[in-house]
Amino acid sequence: MAEKLHFSLVSPEHEMFTGEVDQVDAPGAEGDFGVLAGHAPFMTALREGEITVHNNGTLIRYRIQGGFADVTPEGLTVLAESATAV
Amino acid sequence: MASLKDMRNQIASVKATQKITKAMQMVAAAKLRRSQDAAEAGRPYAQRMAAVIANLAAGVSGDGAPKLLVGTGADQKHLLIVATADRGLAGGFNSSIVRAAKARIEELTREGKSVKVVAVGKKANAQLRRLLGERLVGFFESGKKPSLETAKEIGEGIAARFEAGEVDVVTLFFSKFKSVVTQTPTAKQLIPASVGEGAPVIDLKGAAYEYEPDAESILEALLPRNLTVQIFSAMLENQAGFYAAQMAAMDNATRNAGDMINALTIKYNRTRQAQITKELIEIISGAEAL
Repeated sequence: MAEKLHFSLVSPEHEMFTGEVDQVDAPGAEGDFGVLAGHAPFMTALREGEITVHNNGTLIRYRIQGGFADVTPEGLTVLAESATAV
Repeated sequence: MASLKDMRNQIASVKATQKITKAMQMVAAAKLRRSQDAAEAGRPYAQRMAAVIANLAAGVSGDGAPKLLVGTGADQKHLLIVATADRGLAGGFNSSIVRAAKARIEELTREGKSVKVVAVGKKANAQLRRLLGERLVGFFESGKKPSLETAKEIGEGIAARFEAGEVDVVTLFFSKFKSVVTQTPTAKQLIPASVGEGAPVIDLKGAAYEYEPDAESILEALLPRNLTVQIFSAMLENQAGFYAAQMAAMDNATRNAGDMINALTIKYNRTRQAQITKELIEIISGAEAL
């Protein structure tokens, strides 16, 4: 099993998701991108769209209304303006 | 001396008050739990936001840094955001926030600085309006539940004033929810942003950060949002603190009413006893006289 990525999705009201996942796809301001474990430090604004979380072959989708993504060696943090599970 | 009927009425009225305070205490306790959860749920976002900004701020420095982060360099025009609850009956909760703000206003005025205030919450508005008059430049209601929309409106208002050069320093006054028994009135500086406080520095393990589009524009988009988030989390803390304070105040009131009922009941019984004794003495002495 490949290394896991720590992912947390937080909206101002609450923490929507936090845990270890395989891959996260997010709508960046300058194009969609995917994050796997061990990604280089990266920060971007997000536009409105869907975040897809890949974990053990299952997909979880969230609709977000803009926000920021921050990739550090510790994992990916998405600060979403607002987020709803789809 | 009060008649027996008067005393009975008085006891009944205190009992009615006690029922009300008891009910308010229970309602506050129930709402406290919910707003406490909300306050705790809102913390991760604010913390991550602070961490991200601290991280960015470390990279952006010098003249290119956004004004919202470093300020205008002046310290002349102050804007205070004073956030309280909309309602009272919570002991000294609202007053303690307002008192902290008033102390700051006096201090700044003495130093010859101009002060403007935006009130958030009906109580802040009511308590500051008379003192400040024209200098109270805005008023928002806290609402039943802290809403992100209100926080956004306030945040955007502040950012607009700042851009227009109306203010140099913005400070937020609210009550920090430490625990159910302690809430501390707190002043938090919003502009220039106080970064790095308690935010853990992220170890990049030697790698360089990559920004899309670039660090400055991300920071520029992030800072106004940070204002909103700070205000929102202050509102959440206030809400939780308010219910905690109200619960404590109503618990006290219920207990006081209980003490009062006991004291009144004793007095009532004594008076009644005295009256019976007096009547008996009258009858006996009357019978003896025959």
